[in-house]
Amino acid sequence: MSKSNAVVVTKARKKKTWKRIITYAFLVFVGFFMIYPLVWLFFSTFKTNTELFGKLSFFPETFTWEAFVNGWKGSGQYTYTTFYLNTFALVLPTVIVTVLSTGIVAYGFARFKFPCRGALFVLMISTLMLPDAVIIIPRYVVFNQLGWIDTYMPFWIPALFACYPFFIFMQMQFLRGIPRELDESACVDGCNPFMTYVRILFPLMKPAMFSVIIFQFLWRWNDYFNNLIYISSVKKYTLSLALKMSIDSQGAVTQWNQVLAMSFVSMIPPTLLFFFAQKYFVEGITTSGLKG
Amino acid sequence: MAKANASAVPAVKKVRKLPRNWKWGVAFITPWIIGFLAFQLYPLLASLYYSFTDFSVLADGKWVGVENYVKLFTKDKHFLKSLWLTVKYAIMSVPVKLAFALFIAMLLNMKLRGINMFRTIYYLPSIMGGSVAVSILWKFLFMQDGIVNKALAVFHIPAVSWLGDPNMALVTVSLLVVWQFGSSMVLFLAGLKNVPQELYEAASVDGASKVRQFFKITLPMITPIVFFNLMMQTINALQEFTSVSIITNGGPNRGTYLLGLKIYEEAFTNSKMGYASATSWVLFAIVLVVTGLLFKTSDAWVYYEDGGMN
Repeated sequence: MSKSNAVVVTKARKKKTWKRIITYAFLVFVGFFMIYPLVWLFFSTFKTNTELFGKLSFFPETFTWEAFVNGWKGSGQYTYTTFYLNTFALVLPTVIVTVLSTGIVAYGFARFKFPCRGALFVLMISTLMLPDAVIIIPRYVVFNQLGWIDTYMPFWIPALFACYPFFIFMQMQFLRGIPRELDESACVDGCNPFMTYVRILFPLMKPAMFSVIIFQFLWRWNDYFNNLIYISSVKKYTLSLALKMSIDSQGAVTQWNQVLAMSFVSMIPPTLLFFFAQKYFVEGITTSGLKG
Repeated sequence: MAKANASAVPAVKKVRKLPRNWKWGVAFITPWIIGFLAFQLYPLLASLYYSFTDFSVLADGKWVGVENYVKLFTKDKHFLKSLWLTVKYAIMSVPVKLAFALFIAMLLNMKLRGINMFRTIYYLPSIMGGSVAVSILWKFLFMQDGIVNKALAVFHIPAVSWLGDPNMALVTVSLLVVWQFGSSMVLFLAGLKNVPQELYEAASVDGASKVRQFFKITLPMITPIVFFNLMMQTINALQEFTSVSIITNGGPNRGTYLLGLKIYEEAFTNSKMGYASATSWVLFAIVLVVTGLLFKTSDAWVYYEDGGMN
């Protein structure tokens, strides 16, 4: 290699290194804005209410648990222990029945031919565009007549009947990636299609199901609109409603440090789930969105 | 007789075409069929019916024809404003969110070390979704004496009335969804990884600039994902409820009074179910028009490698 060539190469390398440094700097800069509100939230939960409004400081002057202790007391009559347990009582059964129902429906759509299959599939996908606001009033009227208002039935029952087209579609996409021969050959000894699903496909679909669990958990956990409409007594309040109540407390000055502390507490389960199941996040998003 | 036979033959053929186990397929999708009829189709039709009645707590639903719709467009001084704000909110938030998501995805696609960590950090705000907690955080950050204004003061920038000014409040609320660009970003990232590297190499040899490569290779190759993201994010934006309910409660001066909030208030605060149903059908019509337009135009700008969706 001639000398001049070597100079060109090192120059190119230098240019590449600079480009990298600039990219990293930019990523860190943007990342700072992404994460700052959350980190700030974390530290501010240890501050007193006066300090919260007093200074811009990041770290609290003295760490105090006051916001957590007093915030946890909730409405006085009901503490955040109740609200936390209520949220789990609403979310967990909903998530479990969603996985079971949407999985079997996805199997039906992905692996069987039957009359009107195409039309039904289009119908199912088109319900993705159906705004909640359009169907919520009749749902409320019907659930009210059934005596389901102020219970968690309006959350559990639609999930039991697979009213989540997004998850059906996601699992169908996943099933398409599993060779048909597998479920056909594995059950030669004459087990019926249902047993094929239970024995062969159910175990194979684990990654897709994890994605369903994660997304459904997050969406139900964060949901506010449906909670607001179907739940009326404080005794049944979920975290969303309890937090809303805490900023509404009329008359008294809002204790922002307590409100923020409880907001932070309510974010812990989704965050933990995210960190432990990151792989399935990415997989879930990409299988549903890409192969369409 | 011969005629009857002739018509019977194709029918038999059609039945034979179905595999023996088709009934199993129907059985498996039955839960969804019931759910669809009971919790989606019935409510949809019922709300259409309600929208032509005066259904409320006081009145049990007399047929009033198009009165609700006429009232919406001619007498309700908040409705048209709400409608415009909702469209404005979608136009303001969705393109910015997607452009940002794509830009970050391209940076993360540069095969640098530690990309997973950045991806995690950028995704983190998105897992809070439309929760009350994150809206409360936003409200606090952007208060008049909130931390954002204090940070600006450090740089001698005068305080901004983030939530006090009607126009600014809509921007502040939009910022929240822009901040949560995680899932769009992950989709773009997966799409970018699928663009064949040879295309760039060939373009470089031909001396195409990076900018040109972006518009001539990258963007056309990921149009299916742009389409998907645009569709989902627009539908979501048109329905926004939690953030405007918690952060601004529709204010100030109804500057963030989006349709989702109006429907809720008409139905559950004012108990005018019929009127609210009419409002919700206008929202639904907008969603249908927007998605219809996106689909219609998609032939012109969405590129499918396999020649199109089957």
